[in-house]
Amino acid sequence: MRKISLSNLDKAFALIAENAKLYIPVDGKGGASFKLWQEGVKMSDALNTVRSAKDFFFPQMETLMEFKTEGKNIEIIDNRQEKEDFVVFGVRACDVKSFEILDRVFLSEPVDSYYASRREKGVIVSLACGRPSETCFCKTFGIDAANPAGDITAWKTETDLYLLANTEKGEKLLSAISSITEDCDGKAVEEQKKQISAIMEKLPLSNVTTEKFGAGKTKEYFDSPAWDELSSHCLGCGTCTFVCPTCQCYDIKDFKTNEGVQRFRCWDSCMYSDFTLMAHGNSRASQKERFRQRFMHKLVYYPDNNDGMFSCVGCGRCLTKCPISMNIVKVMKTLGGKEND
Amino acid sequence: MQKITREVLIAKAEELLSNGTVSKVLGLKKGEFSYDQTPAVFTDIESMKKDFVFDDFSGANFSKYLIKETKKGEGKTLVFLKPCDTYSFNQLLTEHRFDREKVYVVGIACDGMVDIKKIKNAFGDGIVSVDATTDTLKVETLYDGVKEIAKAEVLAERCRNCKSKKHVAYDELIGEDGEVISSNRFDQVDELEKMTADERFAFWQNELSRCIRCNACRDVCPACTCEKCVFDNPNSGVQNKAAANSFEEQMFHIIRAFHVAGRCTDCGECSRVCPQQIPLHLLNRKFIKDINGFYGDYQAGEEVGNRAPLVNYTKEDLEPSEAVNKGDK
Amino acid sequence: MINETLIPKLGVITEIRQDTPDIKTFRVVSPEGKKLFEHRPGQCAMLSIPGIGEAMFSITSSPTNTEYMEFSIKKCGCVTTWLHAAEPGQNVTVRGPYGNPFPVDDVFAGKDLLFVAGGVGLAPLRSVINYCRHYRDRYGKIDIVYGSRSKDDLLDYQEIINEWATDSGVNVHLTIDREQEGWDGHVGFVPNYVKELGFDTNKIAVLCGPPIMIKFTLEGLRSLGFEKTQVYTTLELRMKCGVGKCGRCNVGSKYVCKDGPVFRFDELDELPNEY
Repeated sequence: MRKISLSNLDKAFALIAENAKLYIPVDGKGGASFKLWQEGVKMSDALNTVRSAKDFFFPQMETLMEFKTEGKNIEIIDNRQEKEDFVVFGVRACDVKSFEILDRVFLSEPVDSYYASRREKGVIVSLACGRPSETCFCKTFGIDAANPAGDITAWKTETDLYLLANTEKGEKLLSAISSITEDCDGKAVEEQKKQISAIMEKLPLSNVTTEKFGAGKTKEYFDSPAWDELSSHCLGCGTCTFVCPTCQCYDIKDFKTNEGVQRFRCWDSCMYSDFTLMAHGNSRASQKERFRQRFMHKLVYYPDNNDGMFSCVGCGRCLTKCPISMNIVKVMKTLGGKEND
Repeated sequence: MQKITREVLIAKAEELLSNGTVSKVLGLKKGEFSYDQTPAVFTDIESMKKDFVFDDFSGANFSKYLIKETKKGEGKTLVFLKPCDTYSFNQLLTEHRFDREKVYVVGIACDGMVDIKKIKNAFGDGIVSVDATTDTLKVETLYDGVKEIAKAEVLAERCRNCKSKKHVAYDELIGEDGEVISSNRFDQVDELEKMTADERFAFWQNELSRCIRCNACRDVCPACTCEKCVFDNPNSGVQNKAAANSFEEQMFHIIRAFHVAGRCTDCGECSRVCPQQIPLHLLNRKFIKDINGFYGDYQAGEEVGNRAPLVNYTKEDLEPSEAVNKGDK
Repeated sequence: MINETLIPKLGVITEIRQDTPDIKTFRVVSPEGKKLFEHRPGQCAMLSIPGIGEAMFSITSSPTNTEYMEFSIKKCGCVTTWLHAAEPGQNVTVRGPYGNPFPVDDVFAGKDLLFVAGGVGLAPLRSVINYCRHYRDRYGKIDIVYGSRSKDDLLDYQEIINEWATDSGVNVHLTIDREQEGWDGHVGFVPNYVKELGFDTNKIAVLCGPPIMIKFTLEGLRSLGFEKTQVYTTLELRMKCGVGKCGRCNVGSKYVCKDGPVFRFDELDELPNEY
């Protein structure tokens, strides 16, 4: 394990930024967000960014290809380019776990090349959560906020940043800043891990369990009468899906420009009425069906297709951001019954 | 002013449910924490006593939910409306969005709602409980124990600039009614107007660049009640879920602001729900300020049936050229 | 760089056939005049016109056709309306094939087959029917029940009359919804006709058509003694990616684009009723 004094952090950032684009969480209007590090940019102390770190691999919008059309002719332009190396610093345990969930979608055959090339070029430096929020429930999904995954795991104390490489990519990055880091025992880290674990136990949502959910539960929950009330005031907006680190549904659309047609992919939401709309009808005609889809997908369908893994990481963003404060915790508690309370 | 509490409202609901005036109550249900509340319909007093909540976090504007709620089943829906909500209520009636006869409005006085975002800005994450029974909030966090903050400091943006304590619609009132009050709600608009065009453009570009096109502002807006929004219509040519370029983001918000101009009551729901904290209400306030300046003071929703200046014609109306000149200053 | 499934191939429409008042069949080849890619019976492909949109269509030509692919397309949405106005020589983009085919080489082998289709529902079955006709000796008796609103709405009518109906061991049963001048064939809805014809149950049945037709035909077959394990259908839902990632065409945990579109009815019973 290596450590670096917080007063030297800017130097470390400068060294990293020599070889790769470096993104760190930065405070700003509307909350923290990942921003490109430059001289003078300070790291946020916020627990989490408003938008999740999925943006780095699955951006809100990206051009897939372009077309030129003339008369009856079409030219297909594959303008994919090698992505640049980049480092994301300060990703929390929940968001790091979300990459694994996204990988199972985008890296399964046929591999999504846009996602894959970003994954290949990105180095993740995770950061343990010193002050988890009341909305956190990552423990429910077996995530350890005290010991996040990633290429490098970092722990921040009052004075120092402790760094431990978990992968080859991480080793390489650590060696790039070895001149300003020093070897250390992990005592301070062990101490912090204990503190974090103790807080995790005290969190109000620490008793939420997934016991009642998972693969093979479609029949049990699909026709539950509880969906009516749970969904009854859903606005049908896409806030929960767009701030969610694991929501990965997308739309493909064409944008006509003077030069031709740009085919782009953008985030889509199963909460939207046109998500499943076809010329002759809609398989999910009301908000109830759309609402049910989102939660069934996270709690049952995804586990069905992914060895029981859930597609929620308990980051709590939807709890904070839903305009009507409806969220997966309320769904789990209602569907799962009293034992979940 | 009578303090409106959960108990007062439950007692009123019990009376109206038991004497058959209403068959259901549209209200808020308590959530996981001391501040998160979800709209819910209660049909019996027992479930209300168990789950109904009303406190300083009960800021949501209920008017729009009435469109859907009044279409369900027989009987009247009881709804408790704050003064600001009643303006949206009237505006929706003006636009024939629901049947007035299917609603029973109990007007409740309001001395402002608090914004959990502001509490979190002050104390950070890890809020265990918030006691908002007095004008000094007691906030307990996981990390710093109990701390105090004045309610005035964490008032929701729209309450900080409250425009009226008067109910413009109700079947009955709890307590006495207030008055339309003067507010400083156009101060920020003034500041924006004082900027140069470039500065203003930069301001909005920065704000709107955070937009994730979740549509929460539109979906919660009581003035946005089109059955099919142009931005949801595949045939409109503007239905894009993410902007292919920055112009489109601006277009979505500007078109929306234009569309609700003269109908927006300045209820502030758009800014309340924005996950990116974009001050969307400022776009609408600019329109309100201009309409007031061009046509004389006009408050949408003040009276059912009022014709907004933009859809009304009088010989005294401003000529377009004058509006352009005035807007240019 | 990884071969990207979302990036299509270029295709050229070489022939457009007006099959019915609202269905046209489009013949598509590569710019070099070759078949774009191989597929199995029942699989689909994404066709697109840049700037208009991209949509999933079943490949109606048989895999045994080595020269071109065909798509029978009913005019109903943006892309289809645009295509209906197109002329031969028009470029389109094509990607695929997508989805699971009908199990023609194992489950169907050696069996009697019953195909039941309504309206444009014949389009996905045409590739299977022609595949089975091509390898005629691998299958038993083939019955085809096909119905449409009117005689003019029968898809591939010339092919049915001149080729299918003249094959030995292939029985074609056509029906139209209402009496029509110049039609001396059967009149009535498909589900009723299937029951009237009264097939023996020692066969595999394949259904495709409007949901209401599927529902009643399945009931009819059940009353004749068919098990759900003997009956197949093919589903259609809104799709964008075609590879199970964009997240919209799922029925429960199955993606129609990847795990379907071909399903057996006992498999559908395991899924929620949301299609």
